[in-house]
Amino acid sequence: MTVDQAQAFTDATTLALTGITHRFGSVVALDDVSLTVRAGTVHALLGENGAGKSTLMRVAFGMLTPQTGTIAVRGTAQRMTSPATALSLGIGMVHQHFTLVPGMTVAENVALGGHGRFDPLAAAAKVRAVGATAGLTLDPQAVVQTLPIGAQQRCEIVKALAREVSVLILDEPTAVLAPQEAAELLQWMRRFADAGHAVVLITHKLRDALAIADDVTVLRRGRVVYTGAAAATTQDQLRIAMVGNAGADVVAETVGAELVGAESGGATSVRDTSVNEPTVHEPAVLALHQVSVRDARGAVRLREVSLSVARGELVGIAAVEGSGQHELLRLLAGRLAPTTGRVTRPEQVGFVPEDRHRDALLLDAPLDENVALRGAGARRGRMPWRMLRAATAAILSARDVRASGPGAPARSLSGGNQQKLVLGRELADRPAAVIVENPSRGLDFQATAAVHAALREARDAGAAVVLYSSDLDEVLQLADRVVVLFDGRLVASGNDREAVGRAMLGAT
Amino acid sequence: MELVAGFLESTMRYAAPLCCAALGECVSERAGVTNIGLEGSIIAGALGATIVAGAAGTGAGFAAGIAAGVVIAAIFAVFTVWLRADQIITGTAITLLALGLTGTLYESVYGTGGVALSIPTIGAVAIPGLSAIPVIGHAFFAQPLSTYALYLLAPGLAWWLTRTHAGLALRAMGEAPEAAIAAGIRPRRTQLLAVLFAGGMAGLAGAILVLAQAGTFAERMSAGRGFIAIAIVVLGRWNPLGVAAAALLFGGASALQTLFQAMGWSGIPYQLFLAVPYLLTLVVMASSGSAGTSRPQRSPG
Amino acid sequence: MMRSATNWLTSALLFLAAAVGVLSLLLLVTGHPPAPALAALVRGSVGSGYALSTTVVRAIPLALSGLAVALAFRAGLLNIGAEGQLLMGACAATAMGGVIATLMGGSTGSDLAGGSRVVALLLILIASALAGAAWAGIAAVLRRRFGVLEVISTIMLNFIALSITGWLVRGPLQEPARINPQSASLPQGLQLPVLLPGTRIHAGVLLAVGLALALWWWLRDRASGFRLRAVGGNPFAAASAGQIAVARTTLMAFLLSGALAGVAGGVELTGVTFALYENFSPGYGYTAIAVALLARLSPVGVLGTALLFGALEAGASAMQRDAMVPSVVVSVVEASLILLVVAADRWRSRGAAEAGV
Repeated sequence: MTVDQAQAFTDATTLALTGITHRFGSVVALDDVSLTVRAGTVHALLGENGAGKSTLMRVAFGMLTPQTGTIAVRGTAQRMTSPATALSLGIGMVHQHFTLVPGMTVAENVALGGHGRFDPLAAAAKVRAVGATAGLTLDPQAVVQTLPIGAQQRCEIVKALAREVSVLILDEPTAVLAPQEAAELLQWMRRFADAGHAVVLITHKLRDALAIADDVTVLRRGRVVYTGAAAATTQDQLRIAMVGNAGADVVAETVGAELVGAESGGATSVRDTSVNEPTVHEPAVLALHQVSVRDARGAVRLREVSLSVARGELVGIAAVEGSGQHELLRLLAGRLAPTTGRVTRPEQVGFVPEDRHRDALLLDAPLDENVALRGAGARRGRMPWRMLRAATAAILSARDVRASGPGAPARSLSGGNQQKLVLGRELADRPAAVIVENPSRGLDFQATAAVHAALREARDAGAAVVLYSSDLDEVLQLADRVVVLFDGRLVASGNDREAVGRAMLGAT
Repeated sequence: MELVAGFLESTMRYAAPLCCAALGECVSERAGVTNIGLEGSIIAGALGATIVAGAAGTGAGFAAGIAAGVVIAAIFAVFTVWLRADQIITGTAITLLALGLTGTLYESVYGTGGVALSIPTIGAVAIPGLSAIPVIGHAFFAQPLSTYALYLLAPGLAWWLTRTHAGLALRAMGEAPEAAIAAGIRPRRTQLLAVLFAGGMAGLAGAILVLAQAGTFAERMSAGRGFIAIAIVVLGRWNPLGVAAAALLFGGASALQTLFQAMGWSGIPYQLFLAVPYLLTLVVMASSGSAGTSRPQRSPG
Repeated sequence: MMRSATNWLTSALLFLAAAVGVLSLLLLVTGHPPAPALAALVRGSVGSGYALSTTVVRAIPLALSGLAVALAFRAGLLNIGAEGQLLMGACAATAMGGVIATLMGGSTGSDLAGGSRVVALLLILIASALAGAAWAGIAAVLRRRFGVLEVISTIMLNFIALSITGWLVRGPLQEPARINPQSASLPQGLQLPVLLPGTRIHAGVLLAVGLALALWWWLRDRASGFRLRAVGGNPFAAASAGQIAVARTTLMAFLLSGALAGVAGGVELTGVTFALYENFSPGYGYTAIAVALLARLSPVGVLGTALLFGALEAGASAMQRDAMVPSVVVSVVEASLILLVVAADRWRSRGAAEAGV
């Protein structure tokens, strides 16, 4: 304990990371980062995507061994070699992408990692007991894959609590939750910390951070650029720390709207709703007429949905996970046929699915073959490789995709560059309709800004654009009109953040 | 009645080595590793058992069979668990490797003359009382000790998979590796042990072929049992008791030829009967709906 | 281009050297002096004109079935069933040959020449292609309609094909005297012409080379070939981003792969054995998997690896004859080669992954 920060809190410090440096190949992910977490507090770890927040916490949880730096738990230096070590030292982590076994019950998931005999009844009792103490209700016998997303997250938390952790790291926990659920979770974190434990909240949402945190640390490009008490910190300070000077010009333009929204807290309203209300006589480019969809198991995913999107309109969909948005977007993109009802759509639709690795790219193929993929189903005869290579080069330069050339394998690109390539491909032939799903997931600030700009540009050029994002703020920021989907139905809602949030949970 | 008893006995004879190898493969697949090289472990087990049993007796022969199966599986594990190479490609190569190795060793040790080796076998042990049950008694309860071991192993494994933390960890590893890792489970160690267990069981299957049944070794005597065992795991829905039942079903289908021969049905050529177990496997897999797709998730290869 | 070719050659030679090392070790362990054995291996494979022709003749069925496997794997189909498809192709060729011979009215076929011989041979090869495709089609239907994994179904179908062959050569296709379990020999007019007099190198070699080049061109330059590769690369992206009919593409790949393996059987029958018998294939369809993998699924590369494996198998016979080394030892060499390539690939991609993140 030689670091002055740590000395200041000696008696209360529960987790101290000191001088952590970690490189992936030639990329420095963490550069001499130190972080001190005090018992009884919530410590918010802020930063844009790619700033190193998750990497730092993976170090704290033993998933990565840093090249240099030390970790001390309750004053004792520790070698953190695996999650098992971390758990035994009382450090638990709830990952952004849940680490649950979908086919197992809640009780089995909670018991996972133990030793000796497994007694299902005792395990269920433990889940109930931990749940009761922490105020988290869960059915221990339920199979995880049947649970809604909020319950799955409670399961993750109970899993950590069952190991009697004293430090709980939560990675972007509110990202997948509706506003009300998110608020409840934040309140729960506060109570958990007040009971003498410590919480590390990884987030890129200033609102969440300042609402409940005691301490705030901001990372940018693998370095600590700000650390201090939340009470003594303003949103502006944080914002400048997070974004820095790089891309300051973009901030002024693009993020302006977002920041305004964030500033006014809960009362954000959809951007100029009244002004951008589609004029009635504008012809609908995309339309669903009383469309219903059943999945392969026969479960109803969409119930008699009617929606029309006009030329030059950007419609945002707000919904909690599993409300039918997946199917709705694929209907509009022509990737799914309705069970009943009618779909109107233009021949060419650009489609950017959320899981680009699974649904948009041939990772081991070169970029020109990835560009050739669009429309490959209808192509006849020869592959015009010369032309396709030129088209690929054009996309690379127009969309600022950093790649060694059209021959580079898609796998060699970063997530942001892959997304820019996909977007460039889907917009290249100026389709009359564009459907995008979580387009900025996993992207850093600059890539996100580029994606947003491209969507606005397509809308302004006359395309009908439909956007779904699990991040409600992104929907509110970009959309001309927001529609809320709940349990497979379009529901009416007010225009402000509160009302949309309520509608997402089915409340009226 | 005689006929049925004979049919059941030959069913058990076909089923025992298959069940043994399939139970091992079941555990391996539950941990997320499909070992197409199972055939290699079986033939290695058969040769290992042959060489050692001749010199040191049947007990040592069984141990050697298991060890030989484990060695082959260890090569497979180096590639699939450690290097994360494609399981199908590696398994294909391992089968080829083991068939070549055993053939070469066998011909080098015993010559190419083709003189049938005679190796001591373990006899059947009749369980007093149970073996006297009419029709089924003799077939099920006058078996070599290795078969009784399987009677215990199938329910034992089923219990282990659902009622121990180690079993839970293994299943988690197969179904959601990242969840298992986050829970502090060591992924490579778990998969390695599962693969070695499967190799040992396949080696035991090879030893059963030699020491409990044939009493001799022949090149390629595994005769595709490793592949059939993999199909049996799918048929048994990755559940040890289901696997045991599927092995019996397969054994029964194989025994049909013996039954029909005994009944004097010469009208149907026996070669076509050889195909019955394979046809049955296809039919059962097809009729159990999405049998092939509801499998536990495989680690990306 | 030059540079990558040189690299490829260097790594191929390295792999070969390593495989020879493995072989020598195994020979030493089993008490065979390596030097004379290796000498016999070289003599039997490339040591003389006759040895070379044996190598080429052995390579033909390996190349054709290797193409079948490479095509299927390119489409993401784990077709382990080339062996069964090859056997069914040989059965159909035998049946078709029998029918044609009968129609010819019992003549030995020496009078069948020119155009009619070409037509007759074409009919036989088409029959074998169709039979192979049909056999693979069963696996395709089982996968599409019933969700049965092709890895399992094609292996089962191999065993079934073997049983059917065993039955046919004792039943409907048995030779007229009904003594031996084999079919009647094809009349000379229904045999593939020998290309080089004095050797056994037959016209099948042209077919193998032609099909390899055609396949290479088709996969690279045609939209349907690209679709097949896209589906093999990532079926979800092919369906979603490419709007490719994945099921139809997969079915086509199954059928084409089966047809190629079937032709391998037809060519081996009309070019080498002239009769069908139970152990007609010494595991060509399984070795084909090794051939395709070692060629990294490149159709032109398959020609090279098929020649290599043909040489190994031709040399192995000489090794058994002259140095008393069991010929099955070449399986060990083949397996070692695959494992070496797999290990090298993983090693490289690991390095790339670490540098890339």
